[in-house]
Amino acid sequence: MSDLAPTQTSNGMLTHLGHILRENPVTALSFGLFAFFVGQALVGQWLVPYDPLATNAAQALQPPSAAHWFGTDQLGRDVFSRVVVATRLDLTISVLAVAISFVFGSVLGAIAGYWGGWLDAVLNRILDTIMAFPLFVLAMGIVAALGNTIENIIYATAIINIPFYARVVRAEVNIRREAGFALAARLSGNSHLRTLAFHIFPNALPPMMVQVSLNMGWAILNAAGLSFVGLGVRPPTPEWGIMVAEGANYIISGHWWVALFPGMWLMLAVFTFNLMGDGLRDLVDPRRRT
Amino acid sequence: MATRWLPILWRLVQTIPVVIGVVIISFLLTRALPGDPAVQFAGQMATPESIEQVRAALGLDKSLPQQFLIYCQALLQGDLGQSVATGRPVLTDLATRLPASLELTLTSLLLSCLIAIPLGVLAAVRQGSWVDHLCRVLVTAGVSLPTFFTGILLIYIFYYLLGWAPSPLGRLDFVYFDPPRVTGFFLIDSLLDGDLRTFTGAAKQLALPAITLALFTLAPIARMTRAAMLTALSSDYIRTACAAGLTPRKVLFGYAFRNALLPVVTTLGMVFSFVLGANVLVEKVFAWPGIGSYAVEALVQSDYAAVQGFVLAMALLFVLINLIIDLSYALIDPRIGFSSK
Repeated sequence: MSDLAPTQTSNGMLTHLGHILRENPVTALSFGLFAFFVGQALVGQWLVPYDPLATNAAQALQPPSAAHWFGTDQLGRDVFSRVVVATRLDLTISVLAVAISFVFGSVLGAIAGYWGGWLDAVLNRILDTIMAFPLFVLAMGIVAALGNTIENIIYATAIINIPFYARVVRAEVNIRREAGFALAARLSGNSHLRTLAFHIFPNALPPMMVQVSLNMGWAILNAAGLSFVGLGVRPPTPEWGIMVAEGANYIISGHWWVALFPGMWLMLAVFTFNLMGDGLRDLVDPRRRT
Repeated sequence: MATRWLPILWRLVQTIPVVIGVVIISFLLTRALPGDPAVQFAGQMATPESIEQVRAALGLDKSLPQQFLIYCQALLQGDLGQSVATGRPVLTDLATRLPASLELTLTSLLLSCLIAIPLGVLAAVRQGSWVDHLCRVLVTAGVSLPTFFTGILLIYIFYYLLGWAPSPLGRLDFVYFDPPRVTGFFLIDSLLDGDLRTFTGAAKQLALPAITLALFTLAPIARMTRAAMLTALSSDYIRTACAAGLTPRKVLFGYAFRNALLPVVTTLGMVFSFVLGANVLVEKVFAWPGIGSYAVEALVQSDYAAVQGFVLAMALLFVLINLIIDLSYALIDPRIGFSSK
């Protein structure tokens, strides 16, 4: 009996996944795109035709051609190589930021939701205060205050995302605090912490995964935006936001490729994560289908 | 009468802890800024003694809590400190630049509401039609657009390729004179002055940045309108209203739309937060002389009073907007009471 149950659910889950992918090819597309970006991040830097940092003044601002698929920038660097290599940095920043806010948000939200009382009240006030700032502005302030490094972009992005996770977990934990299975777990001798971590918290995971996917796109945009205004990643490091910022100076003179391709990649990456988030939501919660 | 005002008063009281928190965070953030403000204020030719003098004059030799008290006292008198970069009081700088940002933000929000709300309503009413699909594509694509990139793309298309837009530098081309300052909104000021040429000049200059921001805000508003309309349309009172033989128009706008408006207004508050952030990026792209570009310059130069003033102004503006939105609930939906929160 107990052996059968898990295989049945996982089978059901797979069938459900298959059904959703068939019904909504866009979700399948997003998973494909996701694999494309992950592949770029993993092996991209060994596959690109040029060194992303190598300058070549003789080849500056060349339009896209067979030799340079995406053209070259003002220093003669190959835009294609830079765009592909940048994937790793951009994805790393957003994955780490989302992971940090996931962990801290979960812990804070679970504690507040389970024990309630003044802990809950204090946490809510703090989250309200964080949310009272326009989030990008707060991130700018944090990066400026902590110093202009990649780690600090990650921390800033994580801090502004914590409230979203904490809220979701708090709500999910709170409604199950007095649920039958939680009380049963307590009654059979589990400590509060154990009940919370292994019996109640796993229920919050599905909505959290949706949040993660939607947040990833947001985190990438945020990091690129920070680099665009000159905070965080510094040139000549290839990063999409900086490349768009550098290209912006040449767009008025008609050299569109310098800014267009990194911008497109950035857009496509964010688009992928948003589509995946919608797909995951269908998978997790069919009622909220859009 | 008293019972009607009490909840509103309570809502006002609730903003106090948030405002205090905002002041504390903006204070701490800027104390952590790299660089020594005393050295900056003392200037290039400073000796160690003069730096110490400046430090004492700014109160930077005192402990952090004492500094915070001094900061709060100054704040209560409307003193946000002196900007190192411009040499003027931060409050004056912000006041001269805020209308530019607000003009941009409000125009773009108006624009996106005018497009997104009808689109969302249509998508909900004709579910599964081409309008619905268009809405869905717009919503997902819109959320994924980096504002700074769309801005650059629009500049390329409308300025470089088509030549329709003026050069993306600031609020008004140099051939026009700034309209006499009444509200600080160039569109309104030029109309008040009766100067149509300046008005069109300002409107042309405003068009691209406003469209950039509007594209960005379109998605959440359209999405929420559609979802809220779907919920409203599938509810029992709509069935009753239809059964009672009311005209479709009356059912749609009098019943469904009015009920759907509440979540839409909530979303609008959230969107405002995004817009204030995105403003910074768009202002940089279009060299728009608002408070966003002011903040970017200040950050690059570690001009801490200016950064502090900006962060504080943005947060207070946002708290104010949320307050207005919460209060407007009561106007939209008489069932809403604040006591239940």
